[in-house]
Amino acid sequence: MSQDAAQLPLLPHRPRHVQSYPRFLWWALSESTNGSVAFYTWMVALTAVFLVGANAWAVQVADGMIVTNMTDHVSWGLYIANFTFMVGLAAGGVMMVIPAYLYHDKKMHDVVILGELVAIAAIVMCLMFVVADLGRPERFWHMIPGIGRFNWPMSMLTWDVLVLNGYLVINLHICGYLLYTRFLGRKPKAKWYVPFVMLSIFWAISIHTVTAFLYCGLGGRPFWNSALLAPRFLASAFVSGPAFIILAMRVVRIVMNLNFPIEPANTLIRIIRVAMCVNLLMLGSELFTLFYSGGGHAATGQYLLFGLHGHYGLVPWMWTSIVLNIAAAILFFMPAALERSSVRIAACVFCIVGIWIEKGMGLIIPGFIPSTLHEIVEYSPSLIEWKVTIGIWAFGLLILTLMFKITGAVYRNSPVDDSESDFA
Amino acid sequence: MDEPSEDTKSASVEELLPILGQPSSRRTMLKGAGAALGLAAFGGAVWPLISIPENVSVDEFLQQHYKELSDQDKEKVFTRLEEEAKEDYGADVTISDQLPIPGVKFGYAINLSKCNGNGKCMEACSEENNHHRGVDQSYIRVLEMQKGSMNMEHGNTTYDHTVPQDDKFYMPVQCQQCDNPPCVTVCPVEATWKEDDGIVVVDYNWCIGCRYCEAACPYHARRFNWEQPEIPAEEVNPDQGYLSNRIRPQGTMEKCHFCLHRTREGRMPACLEACPTGARVFGDLNDPESDIVWILKNKRVFVLKEELGTKPSFFYFFDS
Ligand code: SF4
Ligand code: SF4
Repeated sequence: MSQDAAQLPLLPHRPRHVQSYPRFLWWALSESTNGSVAFYTWMVALTAVFLVGANAWAVQVADGMIVTNMTDHVSWGLYIANFTFMVGLAAGGVMMVIPAYLYHDKKMHDVVILGELVAIAAIVMCLMFVVADLGRPERFWHMIPGIGRFNWPMSMLTWDVLVLNGYLVINLHICGYLLYTRFLGRKPKAKWYVPFVMLSIFWAISIHTVTAFLYCGLGGRPFWNSALLAPRFLASAFVSGPAFIILAMRVVRIVMNLNFPIEPANTLIRIIRVAMCVNLLMLGSELFTLFYSGGGHAATGQYLLFGLHGHYGLVPWMWTSIVLNIAAAILFFMPAALERSSVRIAACVFCIVGIWIEKGMGLIIPGFIPSTLHEIVEYSPSLIEWKVTIGIWAFGLLILTLMFKITGAVYRNSPVDDSESDFA
Repeated sequence: MDEPSEDTKSASVEELLPILGQPSSRRTMLKGAGAALGLAAFGGAVWPLISIPENVSVDEFLQQHYKELSDQDKEKVFTRLEEEAKEDYGADVTISDQLPIPGVKFGYAINLSKCNGNGKCMEACSEENNHHRGVDQSYIRVLEMQKGSMNMEHGNTTYDHTVPQDDKFYMPVQCQQCDNPPCVTVCPVEATWKEDDGIVVVDYNWCIGCRYCEAACPYHARRFNWEQPEIPAEEVNPDQGYLSNRIRPQGTMEKCHFCLHRTREGRMPACLEACPTGARVFGDLNDPESDIVWILKNKRVFVLKEELGTKPSFFYFFDS
């Protein structure tokens, strides 16, 4: 394993996949366990945090969900909030795929795989959040078509399970194929992945639309029951997804010493600018409808922004989110945002946190407050919920780090001459 | 030769971290040790999960959906559940499986002029249905409403003063046994469904506890078992139905089932029997002679949140 730890093993010109594929996997395994002190420290830290989360989850399964702060009134909490945000992150990666493959943006094409890797990590985290939210996780097999009873097509949750897993498989295939052919030093064949890339564009839209339908299809929850919900989900996904990818690219560029062109990130910034405006416009239109006509539907909005009958639990969250989103919008429109500046980084961090609140604490929780019988029961996550959540985030970052590391090594070692651009 | 492509930066720290400078066989060993340590730590972290094999028998884990159980399967399952009730709660119970009576469709109506908010129905519900005693659990919530308004926003479920108050009226809400039930539509595993007599039930041994139905129900009719219910042995109601009042497992959903273990045998729901004011009327909507049909014909009845299209089988009316 010594010589192949970082360098690609020499392979015959036309390798047999039965031999070369295991070698690829073995090489990837050793690549993902070799690194600098900083790398080991980072991985050990993430593992430790993940273990804390795993322990908290095990306690939750054993003692019951009473250890969370969820109630019959607010029956979904931090887990589903993070789940919703993660779906957006996964869908946002498509904003690199569209310029790269539909508009043949050559430079974007070189880094598009990073967006797809982020999508993979995000979907894995989505699935973990759903499992964390189940009262009886050991019964998950009831959902497997064939041996369980899968309530498809009636239940939106079954659609979500399908599209999320489908998106995971598509992206695993695309990334796996590209890396493997690079590893072999070959040109990827367009027919083996371009159709899947095209499919992934529609699929990315579908995962977020279906997730929005999960909520907006519920007539008994006026706060969610709005036709604007799905478009708003998409708009905010196209802000948070690209913003996260910009941050990830910055880290990769510095840590792995890779030379990225700046143009892809700038394309992403321009996309964010538009999506951000659309998002704020739709938010404004929702607020107008909510408050101008008044009535019972305004109660949730009232609770969120100003507090209701002496309950103010979400007010600080909500205003933090609004301030962060507006600040991010302003920063993104500054010319410095198109340079490798701290403005850009600040803008990305602001809008990620802003949207994390907006899509989570600001969307899922208020759907339950006031309850369907207009009772107000407040919610704030318990320590166990925070531990599980942070544990899942750590796991997501862990696999993201490994995927980036392997990808970086493959690309560094076989700098394929610009051959991919001729696929279309 | 060892690390040909490590960049200089990490090469300089190599000496610092013993694992990097080791010959490859030693390094592999160290990695193996690291992996073993990691696995051990993971095992330790998820150790509390050991309670699953302790509490969930293989038979329970593999149990099929209620609708797929043959009569023999059911017998086995019920016996197992009875044994578990004995073991965990020290109570001798009988679990039965009353089937819907062909041609019957149950309906419920409440006379809001009579209801005075005394809450006896909630107590009876809790006792009849083996609710968790730690919390004041029941399938019924009684709203104290402001006279002159039907807006639930002005209602209050947590009143603790003497009733009735002059400026208030009282409105009990429980599962409306909707004919178009959103809770059933959304369930990803068909763990909840509508029976032929109109009662919406849950298979507590099939529900995965996702709580999607609880989000979907517009009437706050669903309850989740956030923990294993606690009931003193002498308070356990031994007359239990598989789809109704048997003691529910932790992590699953439950709801009002119109006391189907009683009503399918021709008895009245526990909440009706407990009501001291006679505000509650229960019966077969398909029987022209029943009280409930008389009410529907002769009173101006209404249903809650009609605009949602859930088509409740639960009605409200005032005297004249
Ligand atoms: S009241 Fe709620 S739980 Fe009962 S049938 Fe209707 S939607 Fe389902
Ligand atoms: S909590 Fe149970 S009954 Fe309700 S939707 Fe989920 S699986 Fe179905």
